[in-house]
Amino acid sequence: MTRPLVAVLDYGIGNLRSAQKSLERMGADARLTADAGLIADAAGVVLPGVGAFGPCMAALCDTGLDEQARAAAADGRPFLGICIGLQLLYEGSEETPGAAGLGILPGTVRLLPGNVKRPQMQWNRLEVRTPSPLLEGLDGAWVYFVHSYAAPMADNVAAVCDYGGPVAGVVGDGNVWATQFHPEKSARPGLRLLENFVDQARAAAAGA
Amino acid sequence: MTATATAPCNARIIPCLDVDAGRVVKGVNFVDLADAGDPVELAALYDQQGADEVVFLDITASSDRRETTVELVYRTAEEVFIPFTIGGGIRTVDDARRLLRAGADKVSVNTAAVNRPELVAEIADEFGSQCAVASIDVRRTGTPLSKGNLSTGARRTNGGAFPFEVFTHGGRTPTGVNAIEYAIRVTELGAGEILLTSMDRDGTRDGFDLELTRAVVEVTNVPVIASGGVGTLDHLVEGVLEGGADAVLAASIFHFREHTVAEAKSHMAAAGIPIRPADS
Repeated sequence: MTRPLVAVLDYGIGNLRSAQKSLERMGADARLTADAGLIADAAGVVLPGVGAFGPCMAALCDTGLDEQARAAAADGRPFLGICIGLQLLYEGSEETPGAAGLGILPGTVRLLPGNVKRPQMQWNRLEVRTPSPLLEGLDGAWVYFVHSYAAPMADNVAAVCDYGGPVAGVVGDGNVWATQFHPEKSARPGLRLLENFVDQARAAAAGA
Repeated sequence: MTATATAPCNARIIPCLDVDAGRVVKGVNFVDLADAGDPVELAALYDQQGADEVVFLDITASSDRRETTVELVYRTAEEVFIPFTIGGGIRTVDDARRLLRAGADKVSVNTAAVNRPELVAEIADEFGSQCAVASIDVRRTGTPLSKGNLSTGARRTNGGAFPFEVFTHGGRTPTGVNAIEYAIRVTELGAGEILLTSMDRDGTRDGFDLELTRAVVEVTNVPVIASGGVGTLDHLVEGVLEGGADAVLAASIFHFREHTVAEAKSHMAAAGIPIRPADS
């Protein structure tokens, strides 16, 4: 099987290497990169991340990766955001009022509602609401969350976890997907999701 | 934020690997060390067994060995697909950055943060609270509470005085700092989690200091990992149900194959504690 080129966008904050290594493990030629040429050549693009909305968005813009991310999402290639990489896809976040997000998905990221500990820092069960090839094998799986803010509960929420009520666990449709949990830190189920994503990138590369 | 949550979190089991010059060791009270293997191999095994996280504690952390630690983190990120924390000898934001860039999910700070608590804020501001763990080593010495630094609720609950003192340098150096006040301080500064070790219990196998654990859980609003003293699986259950800990850390019972993580999880689940099954 070919190893599709997957660009893991490197905007220099925190632990991005785990995402790269886990994609490699699941069959991708994964590169941690900010190189526009390499990103343009990639069969799939991953926007990983840990940290706060404002600083991450600023780092993304400083490296020019905001435009790269928008372009990759727009041209139909498989695209996966992870954790803060999910939240950056929206128009903004309560975490950093006034900071514009990528605006690829509509709406605003909001503080986890209710009387719950924040961050949600735990393994939690995923309930798939809209089956898709990316979520094959993930219904009922335990995955690792660490976040204080969450995506709006809209039609594009494909999977949820229960944390004082339903919380968006996976969002997306078409070619743009994102997980609030960390698949690269979610043992076997997380690796399964990344394998599904690599399969999609491989198929996209073959069809291109 | 609130300390009393309505949605209970799923408990976590965290094997701890004490590392010296790239090898796993576990000392009885950090003195009598015994070799127990390659840390990366052991961490991958715990991942397979269903551990929820792994903590590496670099117990020597002399400056000429920093490269060994970065290398350890680097290799771990290639073999371990659950969150892992690295602690020991982290003194600056740059130290934290190197370890996070190498693949660590969290860094725990201890001695340097006691000397200069602002380090916690600097790491939290730069990389997020979720990766800033305050590691607190405690002994019972009867250090009185300083005035005006604690909520009246906490004073009432605990009778206005605490016997708990923060120790640094692997539990060897007394600081005169009250552990409860210090726990409050570091969470205010942005620590996302507290790794709370009873140095009195560490290595004794007598169980967690549950009173200490409960006291810290009650005054903070971030997850607390109970550590020090686990000798049986019932001790893990007590840490959560009686201590109120969000996660329990243990070393010897796993390293010496007395119990697998899977057995520990079954035991906790049977006691009614919500937890991710080992075979999920």
